[in-house]
Amino acid sequence: MMTDRFARALGWTSLALGTAQLAAPRAVTRLCGVDDAPGAATITRLVGGRELLHAALLLGGKTPARWTWTRMAGDAMDLGLLGRAAANRVGGRRRRALCALGAVAGIAALDAACAGGRARRARSPLQVRASITINKPRAEVYRFWRDLENLPTFMTHLESVRTLGEGRSRWRAKGPVIDLEWEAEIIDERAGDLIAWRSVPGKGVSNAGLVSFTDGPGGRGTVVDVSLEYGMRGRKLAAAVARMVGEHPEQQVRDDLRRFKQVMETGEVVRSEGSPEGHRALRQLHQHPAQPIGARA
Amino acid sequence: MKATVWTGRNSVEVQDVPDPAMLNARDAIVRVTSTAICGSDLHLVDGYIPTVKKGDILGHEFMGEVVEVGPGVRNLRPGDRVVVPFPIACGACFACEAELYSLCENSNPNAGMAEKLMGHSPAGIFGYSHMLGGFPGGQAEYVRVPFADVGPIKIEDDLPDEKVLFLSDIFPTGFMAAEMCAIRPGQTIAIWGAGPVGQLAAASAFLLGADRVIVIDRFPYRLKRAQRTGAEVLDYEEVNVLDALRDMTGGRGPDACIEAVGMEAHHPTPAMYAYDRSKQAARLETERPYALREAIMACRNGGVVSVVGVYGGFVDKFPMGTVMNRSLTIRAGQCHVQRYMRPLLDRIRSGEIDPSFVISHRMPLSEAPRGFELFKHKQDECNKVVLTP
Ligand SMILES: [Zn+2]
Ligand SMILES: [Zn+2]
Repeated sequence: MMTDRFARALGWTSLALGTAQLAAPRAVTRLCGVDDAPGAATITRLVGGRELLHAALLLGGKTPARWTWTRMAGDAMDLGLLGRAAANRVGGRRRRALCALGAVAGIAALDAACAGGRARRARSPLQVRASITINKPRAEVYRFWRDLENLPTFMTHLESVRTLGEGRSRWRAKGPVIDLEWEAEIIDERAGDLIAWRSVPGKGVSNAGLVSFTDGPGGRGTVVDVSLEYGMRGRKLAAAVARMVGEHPEQQVRDDLRRFKQVMETGEVVRSEGSPEGHRALRQLHQHPAQPIGARA
Repeated sequence: MKATVWTGRNSVEVQDVPDPAMLNARDAIVRVTSTAICGSDLHLVDGYIPTVKKGDILGHEFMGEVVEVGPGVRNLRPGDRVVVPFPIACGACFACEAELYSLCENSNPNAGMAEKLMGHSPAGIFGYSHMLGGFPGGQAEYVRVPFADVGPIKIEDDLPDEKVLFLSDIFPTGFMAAEMCAIRPGQTIAIWGAGPVGQLAAASAFLLGADRVIVIDRFPYRLKRAQRTGAEVLDYEEVNVLDALRDMTGGRGPDACIEAVGMEAHHPTPAMYAYDRSKQAARLETERPYALREAIMACRNGGVVSVVGVYGGFVDKFPMGTVMNRSLTIRAGQCHVQRYMRPLLDRIRSGEIDPSFVISHRMPLSEAPRGFELFKHKQDECNKVVLTP
């Protein structure tokens, strides 16, 4: 993550600034040309404390980029203080205050760039990948998947897939609030090797997928690799559906593939009383006690 | 129906619960005629295995009569008498084809949960937490048995329940523990833990040709039972085990060491015990691995350490330097029960062994809570409890 590395560098800057402001507040006030103001040292110490807080947030977490907004808020405060100081001062002090103002403005620009980078990343498509090995011949595994109407038997969030002919199909999924529908078309296909599809533009959730089938080494059946990509609206849907079943999108695809393997190898999705719904959504979120469900089913 | 239900840490009750129903085509419903309390059930009751929920039915050692089969089960019929293995296995995946049944790739519907803790998921197990499938256990009047065409073994003669019940777990487990030692004539096998699995491992080691077997425990009554198999015994509260084993084996150490204790081991030195006990309580490690550490230290150079004691997560202070520098082999696993049922049934039938020698208590299912108390606190010389629904 470029943005995270960038954010971490900003964190170190905060640490250095904060330490200087706390350890030598008078030197800092002189440098900024505000050593004549009453209470300047106290304000500098407070600002130093705030910088250490930024440093902790930016250096302590796994994803520092999300904390850059705290620095931007700090920058705004500092710019305000220094701007007022520069306006009220003359001569050498005014010159030094203007220099400090310029430096803070530069740092603020860097912070904004970092936060912007993070926002752009949040708007990029969501990609997930997963793979599994199935103890069945490649042709058989391929054939089952190629009949897209089979997909809902092991994909938790799909209600139905209806083939429309000429590579087109209509998909229905259970959304968190309403059901979603989209049309997809197969854009590439090599019998026994791969199937690629994407949603038809302008009709609901935008998504695309590629599934490839290869022989496992040493007679180990078939390796199935899936990559999915959700566009902006699809990204939100995928995340919402995944959250609804209590999983990360990546985990959800892995679980779908595991159920695919169960169907291919054992003939159906394996159910336990702890998760009796089998391939229905919501199963991971709420586990029943491991008790028979006879009367309750 | 009645079933033994986990109601919280150190608390089990016999409750009324719904009768099981078929969920998959290869299911069977079995009316339980005999079931048992296993040492590994205690790890659940004590709260050391994660993802156990209030209301879960316990038990994974059971046998009974088939009352219903799904359309996918052709080899069983209502009325058949069966022993059911504790790991659930599909018979069709790579692991099952390699006879590694406790690693079945299809029988755990909650594999995602197990992957988070263990990296990859093992098979589903009856009555053994949601991470291992969320399947109701066998301490009940009826059980749903998934993949009934693969696991259960038919008992076609009139061998009594007591002689064949332990084919479901502890006999194959003890046997596999000994088999993993790759025993050759003249060898000495040391076994940590003189519980039922340790006792059956001792008997199995002799069946597989061991010259000497030495069993280590601290309860005289369990050591006495182990002695009945022909084993020598050591009480670790009386002697220094490492010194004693070195003396007994001409300074070499045992050729193989079986660890049949698991995550809730004891240590004779209070300070050592307190160290791991408090780390375990603070959830910094999930195990108290004294027996494992000692087995590794005791084993002869180039020997085998065979682990069938149950571990749930992470071990602290693991003597890896010993393992590496002394070329030890560590073998471990939940038992691949399905692999052993037929050959061990033949050995029982031929009179080579009668595993019912481990039983100390018999009681109705309704008294399961008392059975757990006796077994857990080793009261009344409790060794193995068999329950009848
Ligand atoms: Zn057991
Ligand atoms: Zn399997």
